[in-house]
Amino acid sequence: MDLLQPTRQAFALLFGGDPELWQIIWLSLWVSVGAIALVAAPSIALGFLLAKKRFPGQRAAVVLVQALLSFPTVVIGLVIYLLLSRRGPLGSFELLFTPWAIMVGYMLIAFPILVVFTISAVQGADPRVYETARCLGAGRFAASLTTLREVRFGILAAVVNGFGRAISEVGCAIMVGGNIAGLTRNIPTAIALETTKGDFAQGIALGFVLMVVALGVNVLLALLQGQGGLR
Amino acid sequence: MKPSFAVRLAAAALAFWAASAFAKDIRMATTTSTDNSGLLQYLLPKFEADCKCTIHYTAVGTGAALKLGQNGDVDVVLVHARPAENKFVAAGYGVNRRDVMYNDFVIVGPASDPAGVKGMHDPLVALKKIHAAGATFVSRGDDSGTNKKELAYWKAIGIKPGGPHYLAVGQGMGATLTVAGEKQAYTLSDRATYTTYASKTGLEIVVQGDKKLLNPYGVIAVNPKRYPKINYRGAMTFVKWMTSPTGQKAIGNYRFKGAQLFHPDYGHPPH
Repeated sequence: MDLLQPTRQAFALLFGGDPELWQIIWLSLWVSVGAIALVAAPSIALGFLLAKKRFPGQRAAVVLVQALLSFPTVVIGLVIYLLLSRRGPLGSFELLFTPWAIMVGYMLIAFPILVVFTISAVQGADPRVYETARCLGAGRFAASLTTLREVRFGILAAVVNGFGRAISEVGCAIMVGGNIAGLTRNIPTAIALETTKGDFAQGIALGFVLMVVALGVNVLLALLQGQGGLR
Repeated sequence: MKPSFAVRLAAAALAFWAASAFAKDIRMATTTSTDNSGLLQYLLPKFEADCKCTIHYTAVGTGAALKLGQNGDVDVVLVHARPAENKFVAAGYGVNRRDVMYNDFVIVGPASDPAGVKGMHDPLVALKKIHAAGATFVSRGDDSGTNKKELAYWKAIGIKPGGPHYLAVGQGMGATLTVAGEKQAYTLSDRATYTTYASKTGLEIVVQGDKKLLNPYGVIAVNPKRYPKINYRGAMTFVKWMTSPTGQKAIGNYRFKGAQLFHPDYGHPPH
């Protein structure tokens, strides 16, 4: 099979500003960013609590969240599908096969990643940071924020990983989004289905974009971490 | 004198080798409708029993199936999109194209029928009305035979499909019907797949029974001149069986929920 021609077509699509292609890229970005923006704060807070607070069942809760890390995304897709379907309990909202359904899926997929990364970041922090802040008169909330600030690179890594998982996820996005052109077709679903159509140029172009995004986000993370990150 | 153990072993190995070389598995690419309707599950065991061979198939859209044939990834294709099939043969990708059977398309939609097309026969008039009413229409959008047919209808009435009421899902017939059910939209489906999904989607047949809705299937062997390694002999065994009285009778005998879905038409196409 000729690989050169579809690759050339791919770059023509990308740099020729093919509206269909760029709409797919734009959808992928805003849905993933939106999902992470919505789920980040509560997940980080939960991760902090699970790392710091002692309560009965804490260990079980941590294990549960860790188990969710390897939860198949298609099962998340199935659950959301059943809930949002016209015949499901939330069917009257007509959210199935809309970008919002994908966003909910991405939130659930990113959630355990954010929590688990936060737990390990906070547990790795020097406990004296919290204690010193308290001694200096900070309230519990302010002292917690000080600790989180101290481990901000770990938290940032959590956010980046959550984003990476969301934007590259395909199973859930097809199930609850339906791959509708111009509405719910995003980068991974387009790649998966264009390939089954035997149309490789768009798949190559989108795969290239996905890799650039992954690389870009991680370079950004390294730059933000500065010396600390690249040491 | 009895042959020694070693000789018998060698003979068995030789026979096995010959059998496997002879009866190499056949790989077929076909459309989702022949699979979803249960036709292949009914036909292929009969074929395998007759030819004493094994056939594997992948069910994709017609466009993808022809692409698999074009790339030499399969030995034979069973598809439904006459213009694309003719192009496939003319370009030298396939040989020995045969008519095998036909079924028909239907336009299905929600029970509320917002465009008021229920009971119509002509798909062109109905699609025009659906478009004018601003009702939602779900398209396969996957370059399948059904998709090609739908696009040909739009072209015939001079409408360029698009806009917020036209949803192209790029997936198989089942997924398309599911989306249409959720969105309470219209779509074009082959009768077989629709029948399977009727109760799951709550959609109803609104347009049927026009000659334009006939859906003929063709079987084509992949050209061995392009891909000498493919199983051309196996492909032709399948083509011959499908067009033989045995194969044609089996196609006509297949019933799905009591109804005949595919009509054999080798040698006497109705279109």
